Amino acid sequence: MKNLISRLALGLAGAAAFAPVALAQVNPTASSVQEEALMRALQSGQTVTGRITIPDASASVLIDPGGRDWAVLHSGTLQWLSIIAVVGTVLLLALFYLMRGRIRIDSGFSGRKILRFNAIERFAHWLLASTFIVLALTGLNLILGRSVLLPIVGEGAFGTLTAWGKVAHNYLAWPFMAALVLVFVLWVVHNIPGRVDWEWIRQGGGLFSKGVHPPARKFNAGQKLIFWSVIIGGALMSWTGIMLLFPGEVGTAADWQFYQVIHAVVAAVMSALILAHIYIGSIGMEGAFDAMGSGEVDENWAKEHHSLWVEEVKGRSAPAEGRGASATPAE
Amino acid sequence: MARMKFLCDADRCIECQACVTACKNEHEVPWGINRRRVVTINDGLPGERSVSMACMHCTDAPCATVCPVNCFYTTDDAVVLHNKDTCIGCGYCSYACPFGAPQFPQTANFGTRGKMDKCTYCSGGPEPDLSAAEYQKYGANRLAEGKLPLCAEMCSTKALLAGDGDIIAEIYRERVVTRGYGSGAWGWRTAYGDTIAV
Repeated sequence: MKNLISRLALGLAGAAAFAPVALAQVNPTASSVQEEALMRALQSGQTVTGRITIPDASASVLIDPGGRDWAVLHSGTLQWLSIIAVVGTVLLLALFYLMRGRIRIDSGFSGRKILRFNAIERFAHWLLASTFIVLALTGLNLILGRSVLLPIVGEGAFGTLTAWGKVAHNYLAWPFMAALVLVFVLWVVHNIPGRVDWEWIRQGGGLFSKGVHPPARKFNAGQKLIFWSVIIGGALMSWTGIMLLFPGEVGTAADWQFYQVIHAVVAAVMSALILAHIYIGSIGMEGAFDAMGSGEVDENWAKEHHSLWVEEVKGRSAPAEGRGASATPAE
Repeated sequence: MARMKFLCDADRCIECQACVTACKNEHEVPWGINRRRVVTINDGLPGERSVSMACMHCTDAPCATVCPVNCFYTTDDAVVLHNKDTCIGCGYCSYACPFGAPQFPQTANFGTRGKMDKCTYCSGGPEPDLSAAEYQKYGANRLAEGKLPLCAEMCSTKALLAGDGDIIAEIYRERVVTRGYGSGAWGWRTAYGDTIAV
């Protein structure tokens, strides 16, 4: 009994001694986490994050104010960038056409044909080209359709169209990537920059003055620029596109925003470049389309635009007359 | 018209998850879709707080800004709703949302995204009020029945408040003044551009 009382007394004394400390520790006013303090301490790109009881880890982000910044960037800057890239390039090309006109073959058609691109090369090119056009149009629709197409066709039709566009965009991305690899493998050897390219660039490729034809191999410096832009730009589009296709693999909203911005910016730049490429390969230059059409170009066109390549092809095929010209020149 | 808002008084929230359960049950929300969730800040530390979060029905909603098909609209009660017939499941709204509200069913190709689903403030969608089609796509329409969102209505500690923004802000302000502390109106500055001054 005495023992119990002494114990009790000891316990009471202990409780009295510790009580103020314990009270201070559970005082909710003194130590509560404050929303305003957390928000003020946030750096750009940071979020207010806690613990969540559901398996979806991304749900643990409570507040991510960065979403609003991306919304402004996407619906302002990126839309204008896309408009300027497409409309601006078309206007520039129209201006170029008015000033320079169609670039003719100075010495006229010779009637003799040289094989420039074989069937595999043309297949790779047109696979890349056709998928790119669908991807570009459906992508452009995603960023500009709401302000351009929707008021014309109405919400229901636009929704259906864009849903199909999204399906096309998601599926055609894969043949685009396959064609990108194929084009890289086929043409990389012809696209290594060399000394002759400097001369071509110095003369502006002969684009701006009649009768000027700087020498070039199979691909001139302008075509090499297109090639490397397509390869690097296409790789960037593929990488960011895959990340956007599988959002679960990436993680946070900040990552998705980052990939979407790169995807949109590179797409705008590539659309502008490809518009110029389509122009010069069709209405812009006489005889140019045959290279990718039938694969055979007129000898005079080839001599004017790819003089060194013609020499290579002729030089190799001359001793072996009858076997036909090869599409791949010796380097 | 009222300007409907949510306000979670984190000093009252006991993280019982009843709001989450009520939401799932009321709208028969499928597996993997979480229209509402409870996040605990500073878990296990002194002064930890739990916040029940769903779509905050933002002023100048960023999801509506970025939607490529413009499927969002704001009702007379300032509730942000969307049309699932127009939605293409691109996921842009979830990139823009500061509160992680947009949810995507895992039915589509390439991973994850079917048509977006999110908190409707218990007010359905563009289908006729209280129709079967509305219930199937968006869940119950309690506002059309003159009731407030169920998550807030059944909150056991009355931590989660729903209703006109001015009224619930006043309730919260009174609470903070009376008890002498408050961890803040979570998400208000981000959603509505201003917070509650006490």
